Amino acid sequence: MSEQERIQRNRSTRPGAAPAEVSVDTTKGERLKADLDELLDEIDDVLEENAEEFVRNYVQKGGE
Amino acid sequence: MALEKVLGIETEYGVVGGPDRDPVTASSLVVSAYARRGERVDWDFEAESPDLDARGLARRGSLAPVVETQLANAVLRNGARLYVDHAHPEYSSPECRTPLEATLFDLAGEEILRRAQRVANEGLDGAGAITVYKNNSDGKGNSYGTHENYLVARDVPFADLVRTMVPHFVSRQVILGAGKVGAETEAGQRLDPAFQISQRAEFFEEVVGLETTLRRPIVNTRDEPHGDAERFRRLHVIIGDANRSATATFVKLGATSLLLALLEDEGPAAFPAPPSAPVHAVRLIAADPTLRAVVELEDGRRVTGWDLQDALYASAARYVSRGGGAAVADEGEVAAVMGEWREMLDGVRDDPDGVADRVDWVAKRRLVEGYRERYGLAATDARLRAIDLQYHDLRPERSLADRVGLRPLVDRAAVERAVAEPPESTRAYFRGRCVAQFPAEVVAANWDSVVFDLGEGPLRRVPMSDPRRGTASLTRDLFERCPTAVDLLRALDG
Repeated sequence: MSEQERIQRNRSTRPGAAPAEVSVDTTKGERLKADLDELLDEIDDVLEENAEEFVRNYVQKGGE
Repeated sequence: MALEKVLGIETEYGVVGGPDRDPVTASSLVVSAYARRGERVDWDFEAESPDLDARGLARRGSLAPVVETQLANAVLRNGARLYVDHAHPEYSSPECRTPLEATLFDLAGEEILRRAQRVANEGLDGAGAITVYKNNSDGKGNSYGTHENYLVARDVPFADLVRTMVPHFVSRQVILGAGKVGAETEAGQRLDPAFQISQRAEFFEEVVGLETTLRRPIVNTRDEPHGDAERFRRLHVIIGDANRSATATFVKLGATSLLLALLEDEGPAAFPAPPSAPVHAVRLIAADPTLRAVVELEDGRRVTGWDLQDALYASAARYVSRGGGAAVADEGEVAAVMGEWREMLDGVRDDPDGVADRVDWVAKRRLVEGYRERYGLAATDARLRAIDLQYHDLRPERSLADRVGLRPLVDRAAVERAVAEPPESTRAYFRGRCVAQFPAEVVAANWDSVVFDLGEGPLRRVPMSDPRRGTASLTRDLFERCPTAVDLLRALDG
């Protein structure tokens, strides 16, 4: 399969394109909220434990 | 006819940790860890001239970028360069021929850094572990770059490049920005944003200039074509964010290539006027995630960044409908660029959640805002800044970008191949094959030549002054016919 075909396929199978979702906006909103809640739960699991120290120690030299 | 768009991205990665917490040490360990895997061929600096200015000015001596020759530096089998630039590990992708190919080799760079980090950490105890981030600032006023490069016809007047690219470089952040919590420069802090759509925007201080580390310009004039300077210019674009969304990288490369091809074919008339105050416009647009900030253009119109990007999309769409775009990619790929560009533009205005799978700043802002609301945090809470940084962490167990549902543009197998093999479409094929096939004889390489040491006689330099040659279709047979470097050089002489 060429790269191009992959792009096309991704486009046509995107969840937003499913016809069932067109008429039920509230369901879509609720689903997005549920997805986000799940994601925020996950952040609690993976976020660096001491956020303050992590942010303080993240110091870079300028580049380019 | 527009010149075929050879293109690529160079990325300086953020790096923390290491045995002495010094970023130069950490960067060197990361690069040499990967080079130790048998990848290493030295970089050749002979043809480097980063202080030539596209406006035709003389060298400006001390203002020129410094090239560091003593640090770890390697040419990879995929044709890329991996090295330490200042205090960052940098991956410069090989030259590619289409936006999709260049996106693939940018993703290969992420994977190479991920592997290099893992190998480097195997040699360190846990306390000194090194972490690599694909971002552009540390939140404390230090920025490092993600630069794009595009092959442009030398006969395009540089003033036209500036006039037509400024509107694009000022406005493309509305769909391509990687997002940032707060502001970190004086100019940015005056606008007092809780969240900005771009990492880099507030660091730009000039419209046009040669420097990349101080007084950064929206249009960089570095004139180092890495090829035949009579025919080619390499437009070195320093005003872009490192994207974790592959779709954003694809649209960044595709939209910019199409606009450059349009300029080459039809001149500057098809482009909107630039903002009267471009530096202020970049910052203002970045600091307003509602996308309502208005800037004045040189023709007196007052528009938003979104409007400007929409006008550029319309110019590109008319060009494509007239049959333009062949210099960028085949019809299907050009259509994919245009489709994504349109959807991302409409999405950021009408339905941001609908493009949170493609637009980095939208995806990041959802996390930051959601987390802030859940715990009732102040906008300045360190946890929000930690989320910002960790979005760009490359480690699968920590990366937040890996968790927000960004759409993959290419599959894993293609990325794995691009880690090990060069693109077939440019001279990077010749470079990569030489490194893979003759590691003992290739003693150095750079963008436009490969240097061989055959053991006797002088070193032999094979020049590659046209980035569109040295492709698989032109040289694959040669590599198959020539089992040794001596055979290869003899065949090239013949």
